[in-house]
Amino acid sequence: MKKLKKIKIKINGKIKTIIDKLTLYELINDLKIPIAKVAIELNKEIINKKEIKKIKLENNDVIEIVHFIGGG
Amino acid sequence: MKDKLIVANKKFSSRLIVGTGKYKSMNECAKAIKLSGADIVTVAVRRVNISDKNKPLLMDYIDPKKITYLPNTAGCFTSEDALRTLRLAREIGGWKLVKLEVLGDKKNLFPDMIETLKSTEVLSKEGFKVMVYCNDDPLMAKRLENSGASAIMPLAAPIGSGLGILNKTNIMIIRNQTKLPLIIDAGLGQASDATIAMELGCDGVLVNTAIAKAKKPFEMAQAFKNAVIAGRQSYLSGRIDKILMGSPSSPSKGII
Repeated sequence: MKKLKKIKIKINGKIKTIIDKLTLYELINDLKIPIAKVAIELNKEIINKKEIKKIKLENNDVIEIVHFIGGG
Repeated sequence: MKDKLIVANKKFSSRLIVGTGKYKSMNECAKAIKLSGADIVTVAVRRVNISDKNKPLLMDYIDPKKITYLPNTAGCFTSEDALRTLRLAREIGGWKLVKLEVLGDKKNLFPDMIETLKSTEVLSKEGFKVMVYCNDDPLMAKRLENSGASAIMPLAAPIGSGLGILNKTNIMIIRNQTKLPLIIDAGLGQASDATIAMELGCDGVLVNTAIAKAKKPFEMAQAFKNAVIAGRQSYLSGRIDKILMGSPSSPSKGII
């Protein structure tokens, strides 16, 4: 069996190794993040959440996932 | 009550806006907000904790369908950061009504008005309804108004200081020059500070620390609710003129 290629991404400031060609949707699902309650930035560009199934992650991608927390 | 707070054509029953920070727990925060009667709460935009998935979510405690979330750029020190934060906030769920806050100094937390003004212009052009945290300078307030701000939110005193309204004259001057919603933001320490703000003619007040850090947050939330109502009624009732000498309350005719 062919070994799956791995890539490195940075998510919320932390380096993470994932399998190549993983989509943004799959990553977020794996992390069990409720998509409706967050916003996602990929390499400083805000991502339309409707498009995340089409976006394949690449080596050195920088992802930020944010949500609302208590604040003044 | 017909007397509603109107911001960017949206009507709100309560003139008290409360922050959701600094509480001991989400439960305490949610209960204090309920007791305050607020229709609008400010919220911050931060990274999701990807390693601890069981961390409680604000939206599970305060339903954004029932209470208006006002995303805030607290902690931003540049226009770039503030714009990025609010664009992300909009993406979470279509929020267009936002609170802009660009700080200029880490110690006194005063707003950087140059960056604030720049951000207001950009955000207004992008369709945001921007409620702007600002200093209590009438000239700057005018500039914000001309840049498309939806509400002017001057500080009473430094954020979290509890000093109350330090410059009533400036607040009154801003009140007289603008028809935009004028909301006192930051620096209130006790309920009577909110009454004073309302009596000066402000349309609302925003409070966080004074409730969240009170010894009894639930009671203080109610005190602020009542104080805002009292101050608004007092303002609308038209106070008497101030005079130097005494004026008897009983008729002088018929004295025995």
